[in-house]
Amino acid sequence: MTTNPIRQSPRVIWTTRIIGVLALVGTGFTVWLGLWVTPPDQTQGDLVRLVYIHPGVAWVALYLAFGLAAGCSLLYLWPRTRSRFWDRLAAASVEVGVVFNVCTLISGSIWGKPTWGVWWAWDARLTSTAVLLVLFLGYLALRRVPAEPEVRARRSAFAALFAAVDVPIVHFSVVWWKTLHQGATVLNANLSPTIHGSMAWTLLLGFVALTLGFVWMLLVRYRIGAMEDYLGAGELDLALLERQSEGMPSPSVPPAGLTSEVLAPVGDPGEAPGPRAPAEVTR
Amino acid sequence: MWRDTWLMAGKDLRIEARSRVALSQVAPFGIVALVLFAFALGPDRAPMVKGAPGLFWVAMLFSSVLAIQRSVSVESTDGARDGLRLSGLDPAGQFLGKTLSVAAQLVVLEAVLGVGVVLLFGASIQTFWLIAVSCLLGTLGLAAAGTLYGALSAGLRIKETLLPFLLLPVVAPVLLAGTRMWQAALSGGTPANATPWLQLLVAFDAVYLALGVVVYGPIQETA
Repeated sequence: MTTNPIRQSPRVIWTTRIIGVLALVGTGFTVWLGLWVTPPDQTQGDLVRLVYIHPGVAWVALYLAFGLAAGCSLLYLWPRTRSRFWDRLAAASVEVGVVFNVCTLISGSIWGKPTWGVWWAWDARLTSTAVLLVLFLGYLALRRVPAEPEVRARRSAFAALFAAVDVPIVHFSVVWWKTLHQGATVLNANLSPTIHGSMAWTLLLGFVALTLGFVWMLLVRYRIGAMEDYLGAGELDLALLERQSEGMPSPSVPPAGLTSEVLAPVGDPGEAPGPRAPAEVTR
Repeated sequence: MWRDTWLMAGKDLRIEARSRVALSQVAPFGIVALVLFAFALGPDRAPMVKGAPGLFWVAMLFSSVLAIQRSVSVESTDGARDGLRLSGLDPAGQFLGKTLSVAAQLVVLEAVLGVGVVLLFGASIQTFWLIAVSCLLGTLGLAAAGTLYGALSAGLRIKETLLPFLLLPVVAPVLLAGTRMWQAALSGGTPANATPWLQLLVAFDAVYLALGVVVYGPIQETA
């Protein structure tokens, strides 16, 4: 039996809420600073305001989300750290990452049209971002294939691993292919930002707010994933009990396993659900 | 491991020699693709010659998906996959064997398509060894990555639609590198133009061959 993920410790619930509120407030401030407080750029004019969002979204999508997904998949595959926790976290991370990836491409396009004159340019970073999106859409498609939870988790982890090793190769190949994107602004070689004042602070705030937003979405998506697993395992459990009770003389016996689990207070509900949870039921 | 590699490759190639699926279906598909590309680019020679390297590799990528699906499906009936797992053959050997067999079929296909590109598109090859090297390395990479993804999707009922979606973006670097090396070879470019692409292909092959040798066994448990 798995821990009921609907019952979370107040600490987890409040942490999630606080992160969500902070993300919302941070994003609000970024919008306010970005649209009203900061001055327009000398060369780019108002177009520069997109810079407060675009790099932050890209950072979350390309590094945070997919890096986390790759790490979690590796941890799942490693026998010692195998746990459904890593599988769910990887899935949640890819799903949120895909959203951020799409936002990266859209915001980049909006910036590209007036700057480069085209919605899409075949430059290295755009191309590798698009390939990354397709790779992880494939991961999500694979996850949607119905399978036993353990099998699906292993298969998805392998798929994430195969895709992750491809990312640097794709990156190098498209860099050699063509490049006209501007270099990194904040994380350039000597680590001294080439923008300053209120603009730099707004950019930084945007990074923080978007990262918090990612973490909040990740936590919520993880919880939904845990609930889905719980429901899947529970429904089968309930059906089995009903089927068994058909042969019994007294049908008034409550389906012990699930109901007592739902009603009874759970020991340490904040803890992540155990690694081998639904497999016991499905076998 | 090496003995098992030859056994496995021999088995798959014998099946192909007797069933001739790759020869009678995959190779004609590649040629059909080339003809369709010619229709799409119009009767003028110039755009066809210009696009020939890319079209060759796109046709190869699509054909390789078919070849890999065939390589997976020969083991999908009669409990053949379970039989292989019980046989005690080294999983790394199985992986290398299947990769070799797919690569061998694709090399034959490349020869056919290469001739097709020269005849149909009027491309003239200046540096032959660049073509040969790019084909050999590119094919090995396609076969290795394809065999891995094939094993991953082996047990799935919807593998026909899922495999191309999973595999094609992953092998995009092979398409890029292969196309650039062909462009260099057709224009008589110096090998210096092709060196980074050569390195890229070697890296791609090394990564996916190594990955396959390590994880092919564990993957079988997911099917």
